[in-house]
Amino acid sequence: MTLDQLKPGDAGYVKKLSSRDKLGHRLLCMGVYPGLHIKVIRNAPMQDPMEVELDGYFISLRHNEARYVEVSS
Amino acid sequence: MGRQKTLVALAGQPNSGKSTVFNALTGASQHVANYPGVTVEKKIGWYSRNGYKFEVVDLPGAYSLTSYSPEEMVARDFILRENPSVVVNIMDAANMKRCLFLTFQILEMETPLVLNLNMIDLAQKRGIHIDTEKLAKLLGVSVVATNMKTGFGRKQLLAATESAAGSRAPHKGVNIDYGEMEPIFRALEDRISSETPHLRSKYPLRWLAIKLMEGDSEIQKLVAENHPDPERMVEAIRQWRRQFEADHDEMPEIHIANRRYQVADQIAKSCVQSKTIDRLPLSDRVDKIVCHRLLGPAILVGVIWLLYYLSIVQGYNVTNYTWPILAKIRSLTEAVMPAPGFIEIPLLRSFALWFVDSVNALLNYIPIFFILFGLIAILEDSGYMPRMAFIMDRLFSRYGLHGQSTLPMVLGGIYVGGCAVPGVMSCKGIPDERSRLATILIIPLLNCMAKVPLYILLINIYFAAHKGWAMFFISTISLLLVLPISKILTLTVLKNRPTAPFVMEMPPYHLPTIRGVLTRAVERVWLFIRKITTIVAAVAVVVFVLMQFPGISDERTAYYEGEKQKAVTAFLGKIKNTSYAGDIRSENLMDFVNYWNDYKRARLRTGGGDAAKALNAAYEEKNPMFFEIVRRSGKDGRTAYRAARRLVRSRKQLLMEMKKERIHKSFLGRAGKALESVTHYAGFNWRVNVALLSALAAKESSVATLGALYESDERGESLEKRMAEKEKGFTPLHALALMLFMVLYPPCLAAAIAVKIQAGSTKWMLFSVGYAMALGLSVAVLVFSGGSALGLSGFQAMIAFYALAFGLTVVTGFIKNESQYS
Repeated sequence: MTLDQLKPGDAGYVKKLSSRDKLGHRLLCMGVYPGLHIKVIRNAPMQDPMEVELDGYFISLRHNEARYVEVSS
Repeated sequence: MGRQKTLVALAGQPNSGKSTVFNALTGASQHVANYPGVTVEKKIGWYSRNGYKFEVVDLPGAYSLTSYSPEEMVARDFILRENPSVVVNIMDAANMKRCLFLTFQILEMETPLVLNLNMIDLAQKRGIHIDTEKLAKLLGVSVVATNMKTGFGRKQLLAATESAAGSRAPHKGVNIDYGEMEPIFRALEDRISSETPHLRSKYPLRWLAIKLMEGDSEIQKLVAENHPDPERMVEAIRQWRRQFEADHDEMPEIHIANRRYQVADQIAKSCVQSKTIDRLPLSDRVDKIVCHRLLGPAILVGVIWLLYYLSIVQGYNVTNYTWPILAKIRSLTEAVMPAPGFIEIPLLRSFALWFVDSVNALLNYIPIFFILFGLIAILEDSGYMPRMAFIMDRLFSRYGLHGQSTLPMVLGGIYVGGCAVPGVMSCKGIPDERSRLATILIIPLLNCMAKVPLYILLINIYFAAHKGWAMFFISTISLLLVLPISKILTLTVLKNRPTAPFVMEMPPYHLPTIRGVLTRAVERVWLFIRKITTIVAAVAVVVFVLMQFPGISDERTAYYEGEKQKAVTAFLGKIKNTSYAGDIRSENLMDFVNYWNDYKRARLRTGGGDAAKALNAAYEEKNPMFFEIVRRSGKDGRTAYRAARRLVRSRKQLLMEMKKERIHKSFLGRAGKALESVTHYAGFNWRVNVALLSALAAKESSVATLGALYESDERGESLEKRMAEKEKGFTPLHALALMLFMVLYPPCLAAAIAVKIQAGSTKWMLFSVGYAMALGLSVAVLVFSGGSALGLSGFQAMIAFYALAFGLTVVTGFIKNESQYS
């Protein structure tokens, strides 16, 4: 399953990052890495982007970016 | 160390309170510059301690130190190349784990380091307790906890910085074990050491090896440049990376990041005790409302409205108080400059006044900008900006823009009355280069304050019957135009510009400090004065020359001289039989004319009663004879008054005619004429062309120049009436074409400079002027020629054009942009 398929309130663990370019790098240095517990907080008013909580802080990302984060529940 | 300056670099992730620390350390002695070649701000400050001088450089906030973003690259290059004596790593105490990710990378660069746990109070409030001693021991660096809002820990931080500065003792703390990758690092280090000896002395070997395995393109380039056989080396690196991924089913860079986070996790577990608090953090509770599906957008609109109201509306009121100061400067200039003759205005005088007027026009915005910049600082410091981007991104990203384009567009004038200069300047934060350039290019097409007077003028004359609709049209059409234009730009000229992921931190809300807000507002106003006003002043000189020269021919000057003589002779003839004959001669005539004008102007300004009496007394004392005439006392006084009134009127008319002729004959006037062959398809005659050309310097000039071209006569009618009378052939369709041209009009000079600063090149500045001009002309031609061919009235053409723009906005919203991450 990928992160963009989770609904607000759903949570899971990051399994794999499948992007090797800027996006993968950006996710890594913002603290998204395999093994991390991740929870979807909300979608923006127009449904995109989404906000997620990781380890005590919050980031937002577009759904087409969340597609590159594999998660397991 | 001696008396030399010690160089201190502040490094930290965004939202770690780095600028608060910077301000606390350096106080008021700061300086803002740019790093060469990039639009990243470089802040430098100074302080002295125990007789030593310290220079502090605030590096741009960066989550990591790779070559993926300009901020990261600038921070990294500074640490590598400028060799700071010590790096102070500022981290958000509540987010230690993620912040350590950066700390490890600085440590690997083998620079002396002090770790600053900032905002310790907030961490404690959230139930987080950090054992700083243990942390210091594990990392092998000094650790200082601070709360800069109260000054807690400031002294300790200064002391730790001083003692760490320059200590090149080998690092004793944690070294991250990259596990299966270690043998590869050793092999890589050996090769770099033996094959590129030049690099060995300049960079830490292990760091180079890690960067190469991370796939860092800049470091790979660096190694290749210094290698005798670059292709073989690059291939070897590629092979190592591929091999690692094949063996471990993990990308090397992810493996490296993972190891760092694991070590960070271990350190955090052993030094941090956190009590779990049941209730949601305050920020999250606020976000339940601020990012709510319905309330969120409503609050956003409210914030934008407040921003407009406080800066534009209230700021405009403040200018009522500051304008007299500028007016005073003008009247002082007037007094100092050589006095005007009957029809000869000294060049120096007209130049000085033009110059003061041009600069004043910009300086007049300072109160507005001060409030605006203060409010932006509040939005930035409070943490609302990322929420704005979060709410708007979906809409804007459809048009190749970015969530973070929201604020720049609001400032630029998304409805009516913004200013492109702060709009363009605030594009800096947009991480995505393609969207940033697109935003910079469309901001000047929004409705800035200075475009409004021309709209109002034209609407009052030509759309008097549909004023409300016309105002609505012009206020909203610019947004409907910029969205598809931005889309088209990102699909064409900007197609190959790199984009960046949206991924953005949603930091906790903070209460901004008054000091922080004021500092930022002053800093940005100062930047505006320094960078923009100086250039505008320089160009004002050029425009003056273009409007003044080559001037009126000798032949025509002789004609005006004759007209002057006629007027003077007529006047003297009329007063021949009065008691003033002989007392007023052609030699002192100018004194009389100036007295007359001064009195009339002063009389207009003063009310009745005592003020008027005092004024009269003063003028009577100045010159009792002239006073009799301006007061029409006695039969002679009345006769002289009538004659003088006619004289002054003819002079004014002559001056006006000369001014008109000068503009007509000037380089600018000729350009306007030459352009007529093209612009007549858009319905613009040479007068309109000249007004538009003069508006390049500042948009306000368009109405002022039109005012000069449709010279006022003695009836003193409004410009609306004069224009309607003099331009008999002008129809509402002409006016519509002109208004739409004004919407798309190229950025004024100040905005063009802002584009150059923010886009980082003169090329984009020229493009922003050129494309807007071409586009504006095409739209004006389409509306005017198309409208004429179809026989549409101005109002019908307005509706048709609105529908067209609306359709285009909807259609272009569905086209997809490809992202260009690499």
